[in-house]
Amino acid sequence: MGWGLVAPALLWTLAFFVLPFAAMIALSFAHMEGRDVVRGFDPGNYVRIFTDWTMLKALLNSLEITAIVTVISVLLAYPLAAIIAFRVPARWQRLALLLAVLPFWTSYVVRSYSWLLVLGQNGVVNKALLGLGLIAEPLEIASTRVATVIGFVHFFVMLLTLTIYANLIQLSPNYARAAADLGAGRWATFRHVILPLTLPGVMTGAFLTFVLCIGDYITPQILGGNNELTLPQLIMLQLGRSGNFPLASALSVVLMAVVTVAYFACSRWLRLDRV
Amino acid sequence: MRVLSWVYLAAAYAFVFLPVVVLVAFSFQDGRLPVPPFQGVTLDWYAAVLGDRDLVAALVNSAMVATVSSLVALVLGFLAAHALARVRLPGTMLLRGMLIAPMTVSYLIIALGLLALFNQMGVRLSLWTAGIGHVVINLPLCFAISYAAMGDHQKSAERAARDLGAPEWKVLFLVSAPMLAAPLAAAFFLSVTFSWDEFIIAFLLTRFDVTLPVEIWSMLKSGLSPATNAVGSLVFLVSVTLVVVLEIFVFRRVK
Repeated sequence: MGWGLVAPALLWTLAFFVLPFAAMIALSFAHMEGRDVVRGFDPGNYVRIFTDWTMLKALLNSLEITAIVTVISVLLAYPLAAIIAFRVPARWQRLALLLAVLPFWTSYVVRSYSWLLVLGQNGVVNKALLGLGLIAEPLEIASTRVATVIGFVHFFVMLLTLTIYANLIQLSPNYARAAADLGAGRWATFRHVILPLTLPGVMTGAFLTFVLCIGDYITPQILGGNNELTLPQLIMLQLGRSGNFPLASALSVVLMAVVTVAYFACSRWLRLDRV
Repeated sequence: MRVLSWVYLAAAYAFVFLPVVVLVAFSFQDGRLPVPPFQGVTLDWYAAVLGDRDLVAALVNSAMVATVSSLVALVLGFLAAHALARVRLPGTMLLRGMLIAPMTVSYLIIALGLLALFNQMGVRLSLWTAGIGHVVINLPLCFAISYAAMGDHQKSAERAARDLGAPEWKVLFLVSAPMLAAPLAAAFFLSVTFSWDEFIIAFLLTRFDVTLPVEIWSMLKSGLSPATNAVGSLVFLVSVTLVVVLEIFVFRRVK
């Protein structure tokens, strides 16, 4: 009986997740001759990824942007979650949280586009700064890494605020009280009591941020443009313009490997089944 | 310290809302570009968007893919969670891990894998292939939510039903599922919103009929336009309405 009920989900996962992944790995060892895919066991794609500077640079760009985004998002979201959990009166907290993540419900593609309207050459920020006389020439923010980072941080601050708030609100106020009774100041209480207790939640959120950020194509494509490619942009470029599916597959396997390494690096803090 | 908190809160809200306010405000722009200066209010862009056949078709496609794929994900996830929470199977941990695994993989990789598989098997791309991809990403979510919601309380009710002679399918659909109505509804609607908004899988796995995010993507290629703002604002309005309705009728009861 038990097997009968698990079987459909299991078969679906095997057929449309495990098998495709195997097909992709197999394809990553193929190579192109003209416009044809020649199957075989050719590690050439991987050699190329780690010797061709454009490929390596895309990997580095992705890692740098993801690291910057993850750190900034955690640093911005933690105080926000803490203020909502400890300063906002209990009956308003749910509303405060709902408002803080409201833009979550705009379409993902449209959200990046909206930042383009804000940061572009003729955008709101430039027009405001020019109007105030703070700058003489419009700032070049769109089509740079800064725009990509801002767009990402906007999204992940919302996500992390949710996960960190969920953690903070579960803490019994007795911990903080006990620390205060023992003579700990505010900072010491935070540093030695609250922070360690919320670390698993923060790490889970940070890992999710890492995974979603490093695999995203839309935000860097719309906001960062083509000046500086990230790994997903390079994958899409190989797939589209060059039609080089084997190389795109190899790049995806590398992306997957990076995420796996990140997973093991923070696995001792992760509780993915309890997000 | 206290004042600083409120300043931070205000600044955070300003940052979070800035792009949304700009998006909605310039959807009413009486001019060709959705950037300052604001040239007056018009509803022309909304009229244009609602009269655009491709867009409306994409919207209907998205709604269908989201509903069907979420239903499939929910049924599969619920059945698996029910089995794994009740019956001790060898390798339960392994099975759980495997069902959750797609959650930790980038959508781009899931899409590429499926594309490689479908190409090799000669499957033609359509809304169905995109729907298959959406089940893959939502199945872990539906499984995890259902699994977390199963408690001892349901267990006794199920045993009682069995003792009274109910066959297993009746226990499942007349006892277990209704008792978990609220979390199952939450899982379903979360899946719907993810599928509705998903871009890369839909982009790579559809060909002629596309979903709304893919259609919006092709609108972006022709540059900035208040029409895109209007579409974005409409999608936002629909989603927020859905969230408010859920908040009032479903999530209140979960607690």
